[in-house]
Parts: sequence; structure tokens; C-alpha cells
Amino acid sequence: MSETLTGPLRRQRRPVGEALAGIMLTLPAAISYFLLLLLPTLAAIMLAFTDYELGAPAIGWIGGENFVELLDDLGFRQSLRNTMVYTAIVVPFSIIGALALALMIEALTRGKALFRAVFFLPVVSLPVAMATAWQYLLHPTIGPLNALLREIGVNGPAWLTSSDTVLVSLAVIGIWEAIGFNLVLFLAGLTAIPRELRQAAEVDGVASAWERFRLITWPLLGPTTLFVVTITMIRAVRTFDSVAVLTQGGPNRASEVLLYTMYTEGFTYFRLGYSAAITLIFLLIVLALMLLQTRILDRRVHYG
Amino acid sequence: MAEPRARLAELLRWLLLGLLGLMFLMPYIWMVSASLKPLDEIFRASLNLIPENGGTLSNYTKVLSEVPVAHYLWNGLIVCAGILFFQILFAVPAGYAIAKLNFPGRDWVFGAVMLGLLVPYHVPALPLYVGFSALGLLNTYTALILPSVISVFAIFLFRQFFKSLPDELIHAARLDGMGEMAIVWRVILPNALPAATAFAIFSVVAHWNDLFWPLIVVSGPTHATPALGVLYFRTEEAGDDFGALMAASVIMTTPLVLAFLLAQRRFVEGIATTGLKG
Repeated sequence: MSETLTGPLRRQRRPVGEALAGIMLTLPAAISYFLLLLLPTLAAIMLAFTDYELGAPAIGWIGGENFVELLDDLGFRQSLRNTMVYTAIVVPFSIIGALALALMIEALTRGKALFRAVFFLPVVSLPVAMATAWQYLLHPTIGPLNALLREIGVNGPAWLTSSDTVLVSLAVIGIWEAIGFNLVLFLAGLTAIPRELRQAAEVDGVASAWERFRLITWPLLGPTTLFVVTITMIRAVRTFDSVAVLTQGGPNRASEVLLYTMYTEGFTYFRLGYSAAITLIFLLIVLALMLLQTRILDRRVHYG
Repeated sequence: MAEPRARLAELLRWLLLGLLGLMFLMPYIWMVSASLKPLDEIFRASLNLIPENGGTLSNYTKVLSEVPVAHYLWNGLIVCAGILFFQILFAVPAGYAIAKLNFPGRDWVFGAVMLGLLVPYHVPALPLYVGFSALGLLNTYTALILPSVISVFAIFLFRQFFKSLPDELIHAARLDGMGEMAIVWRVILPNALPAATAFAIFSVVAHWNDLFWPLIVVSGPTHATPALGVLYFRTEEAGDDFGALMAASVIMTTPLVLAFLLAQRRFVEGIATTGLKG
């Protein structure tokens, strides 16, 4: 309809004026995109194949040597393994937890906004400051958690300074940070499911709440869940703040994670080529996770 | 008959959510509690939440006298406002052009936007650091703001939103003799306020809380953001003085949390819409 309405008008203005306007309006974004995103990203990829160090007089092309060195680098392998373990803990707990909370909050008649706000709070809280609060909470001697454990006769571990518990402790903080974000996404997904569907199922004899969840809510929530899984994984893979603030990768590399290793190699030791190689691996992992999401999405049956 | 059962279910949900919520708030509760206790009381590790003798504000006065709190918050404000200003300035016209105008290279530009969405901001960080270092721009607001002025996510978000705006709106404005620039800022943006608000909240939360990039380009308090400020206080001055540390954490966390509590619905919607599209 708009075509018939605007046809003559379009002919008047097109093509030169509109083309020019289009180019002029995209130009600032295009220039900054080129200078601040495209160029440095390509440079980072190139850098990964050099031995560049900040302050070094020359830069040499060394092909895949950085990657060969990474494969042999016990610290890097530990870092990669830690990142995977951390992700493997944070993803299921923060997603199942958020889904359970979302279902409970969605079913409330009163107090929805209150509980949503409570669980969402970590998303808007300065991570560095909250990491400090966690450090106090988990402090081996003066921390309230171990004080509580002492009350019941248990000698709590040094959560953040023992290599046995540090990764799990960081993962708990990660879950705490991620749940509110995932909860809000699930709540948005749940609101999109018409209430009548569940009521109709109840009328049709799907009596138990679990059956209604399994038959209706869960399948309809599929796209949301897939998205939440991907974004939680990516956010877990790029975890940095809590490690930088609380453990600096220690003790004994037990909490070294990918981005923190990249940061120390690049900005503490100024081995930029080596650090770029880690960045490239990081980028490939993120891309693989995104590709996985699109693949599954493409194969899905579309509901509704 | 269903009424009492529904009420019981509601009550149980309240109890369970209340219990979980309380557990969730523990870091905040203990943070505030410790910030009001003198050091010797903290070191006794008692489980009393309420400080003995009514508590003390000495931790807060210590932080306020030793840490340039207002300066850090001001830096955070400048950085977030600067980033948001340029993101909007660049992304709104681009989003409009891609959504509504026919120009050579449009599909190519949109492809570039989609490609940019795949790259986490940590990837260009190394070369950007080298570049800023070579230009003598480390430890400046420019270094903090510049890398984030281009947001492909903003362009994408605005493009999606502008596509749903009726063409008639634009044609009417053109008939009134408005130029494309005027259309973008006086017709399109006012009609895109929900998307713009959602993006603004997303952007401010992300950059206010960011540690990675400020840690790379800033050293020293002059240009430190709130996140860096807390980090400096931890390493340089406070050490094991948990009372002062908690007071500093409370002070630095409060502004954004307060903003959230005042505009809860907008925050949640903003994060949900941007989250689902990013």
C-alpha cells in the first residue's frame, strides 16, 4: 500500500539525493568502524603470527610458532582447562537456577517486581566492588561463611586462596552474577507464551504443573533457552574481573583463565604477538559457540 | 475449592523465593554490615549483623578522606556519557540509512555490521593499546572513550527498530521540506525513544562496570573510573582493612544501584531487549 502512496514521491527524490544522503549518514559510523574495529581486529590477527614485543626494535613474521608454543605452554593449557571447567560449572547452574526462579516469579500474583529486582541486583552492581564483598564473605578466618561453618563444627577451607577450591569459588560468584541476567531473559520469554495455552492444557486434562511445563512451556521456551545458553557460555569464557581482582590467576595458576592470561602476556610481559595468539584462540572459541547456536536454530522446527 | 490451594502455592513460592532472595543478598548485607563495624569487631568474626555499640561511620570517613571518590565517580560519568553520546551520534544515522534509504553499498555496510557483532571488544584491544601508546594517548579520557564510540550492536538495534517505523512518517517529513539530517534527529530519534533508552541503559551499565579496558589504558588516579578506583584502594591503601574496603565498595556500588531502583522497569526491559538481540 505504501508503494502506491509514495511511488511518485520516490521517483522525485531518487536516486542521487537519497544515495548521497545514505552515504553521508553512514560515513561517520563507517570511518570509526574501520579505524577502531576492523583495522585493529585484523592487526590482532596478523600480530598472532609475529614475535612482536612492545619496545622491541624489529618485528618478525614467525608463522604458526606462537601456536606451537601455546600447545606446549603448561600455563596456557591450564588456563584453557580452567576456563572450560569454570564455564561447565557456571552455565548449567546459572541457567537451571534462572529458569526455576523465572517460573516461580512468573506464577506469583504479587511481588513479581520485588523478586525480579532482588535477583537482578548483581547485574547493575560494580563487579570489582562486589568481588571485594565476596572476598570478605569467603575470607578464611574473618569471613562470615567460615564463621558460620565453625558454629556447626566444620573447618571451612581458604576458599579463594587454596588451589582446590579457588575455581569453584569463582564459579559460584560467576553464577551469582549471571543468574539475574538470565532470569530477565527467561521472564521475557515466558511473557511471550500466551497464558491461555497453559489454561487450555489444564482444561484438556494436563493436570500436573510439571506436565504442563514439559509439554507447553519448555518447547515454546526453546529459542530463548538456546540463546541464553549461548550468551552465558560466551560470557563465562570471557570472565576476567573476578580473577583480576581476587586471585590474579593464583594460587599456582589454579584460577588462570583465558582472558586473564591474554592480559598478563600482553600488558604485563608485553609479549604482544604471543598475547594476540591467545586472543585469536579466544575469538575462535566465541565464533564456534555462535556458529553452534545458528546451526541449531536453523535445524529447529519453528513454533508459532 | 481451587482458591485455598492456589493461595497455599503462592505462600510457598513467597517463602522459597524469600529464602533464596535473602541468600542472594548476603554479599550486600555483609558488605554494609562490615562497613559499619570497627576493625577489631570485624576481626572477631562474630555472626552479628548489627554492629555493637550502634556501629561507626569511621570507615566511611576514612574512605572519603583517602580516596578521591567524587573524582572517580565524575570520571565514570564523563566516560559513560562520552561513549553514549558518540554511539548515538554515529549509530542512529547509520541505522536509519541502512533501514530506510537506498544507497550503493548498503548491503555491504549491513554485512560489516553483522560481522562486527561477532567480535568481542577484547580482540582489537592489543593493537588499539599499541596505537594509543604510540600517539601518547594513554591515561586520557580519549583512550577510555574512543574505542567504544562505534557500537555495531547499536547500529543493528536501531536498524531493526527503524525498519518497523512507517515510511509515511519519513515521506511526510520530506514533504515538509526537511533534510535527511533533520529527519534523523527530529523525526526518527523521538519515535525511537524506547530503543534508544534500552540501548542507553545497556551501554551505561556495560561501561560503568567495565574493568578490562580501563585497566589497560589507565594507570594512576587522574583518569581512573570507579572500577579502577576500588582496585587501587584495595592494592595500595586498604590491604586487610575490610571495614574501609567494604565502605568503599558500598560507596562505589550505590550510584548505579540507586539508578536501577529508581527506574527498575526500564532497566529490566532495557537489559532484556538488548540481551535478546545481542
